[in-house]
Amino acid sequence: MNNERTGVSGSLESCDALVMVVFSPDCEGLEIEIDSPSIASFGEEMRKAVRETLESAGIFRGIVKIQDRGSLDCTLRARVETAARRALAGDVREKVNT
Amino acid sequence: MMERRLRRTSLYIPGTNPGMLANASVYGADSIILDLEDGVPVSEKDAARILVRNALRAIRYRGVEVTVRVNALCTPFGKDDFEEIIPLAPDAIRLPKCESAEDVRQADALMSELESRNGIQPGTVQIIAITESASGGTKLSEIAAASPRIAALNYGAEDYTADIGAVRTKEGHELDDIRAKVIVAARIAGVQALDSVFGDVNDMDGLYAEAFRVRQLGFDGKSVIHPRQISVVHSAFTPSEKEIGFAERVMKAFHEAASRGTGVIALDGRMIDAPVVARAQKIIALAEAAGCLLIEG
Repeated sequence: MNNERTGVSGSLESCDALVMVVFSPDCEGLEIEIDSPSIASFGEEMRKAVRETLESAGIFRGIVKIQDRGSLDCTLRARVETAARRALAGDVREKVNT
Repeated sequence: MMERRLRRTSLYIPGTNPGMLANASVYGADSIILDLEDGVPVSEKDAARILVRNALRAIRYRGVEVTVRVNALCTPFGKDDFEEIIPLAPDAIRLPKCESAEDVRQADALMSELESRNGIQPGTVQIIAITESASGGTKLSEIAAASPRIAALNYGAEDYTADIGAVRTKEGHELDDIRAKVIVAARIAGVQALDSVFGDVNDMDGLYAEAFRVRQLGFDGKSVIHPRQISVVHSAFTPSEKEIGFAERVMKAFHEAASRGTGVIALDGRMIDAPVVARAQKIIALAEAAGCLLIEG
């Protein structure tokens, strides 16, 4: 797990999401954990948005933890992309409490 | 030549706030400023840039001018801001630290390159130049004339007064000098003059007084930092019934003279010349924007 790199983005404010991306080549694929009030209605769409964003950033293996506070699709994608870029840059920031 | 778009209010929206970005057009401002510059901590520049880019892609801002305050090209963040934002073709960018014609030309060239690369007609995105230094204050005319993209001149009150060594006061006399320079340079170039923010969001009387005064000076609008400042500034920029009535009568006389094919316009036995007609047109546009009932002349 020495190659793990973590990026965090967003906040727990309303309409936002706090996203942690752990880029880990040792993972089998992408593990996506989402805690959201919208999970029952939009869980699949949210997972799809996260997966598409990470794959666009070149991340196919790793762990993503999301605490969503009612973010729009464009916000969620922005937070995931930022966290992914930070992870790829080796920018280790404060980890999300889970 | 004169820019006719209404910019009575320009509302700053922090580029780090998804909730405000989503609702930016509902507050009623004439223009919104999605802010990547001073409203964003250095550690969040990357996040704000991506968030604002995604907002521009996904959110339909209706009935409002959409502008983005990018970081200056002389900073480590400016070029990345341009590269992410210009392809989304906002109505304008707000260019801070605009202290010379070269600053404008540099931005113009990069914008043209990015527009061409993304299938956008070069020149589409306008520039609202923000001058923030004593040096820039002496070059406003050349800044205004540096590119046809320039739609308005604006100044940063805090940075400017810090640069000239002035003390910020409620009365704002320390801004008399830069306000006069902005208005004169804007009028020469045929672009708008936009005033800076009023920082005390709890002082509505002070805000109204300042907004009313800058409208009298010739400004076309004022930046605001809180949605509740919008209606106050719009009120200050709404012409009085007397002003509207006179403007209507001027325009009626103007149209009657035009239909008679005469260049001489008379009203109440006095000759009306072109500046009076221009002022009347501006008052009518402000009255219409404010939803005022026009009085029959």
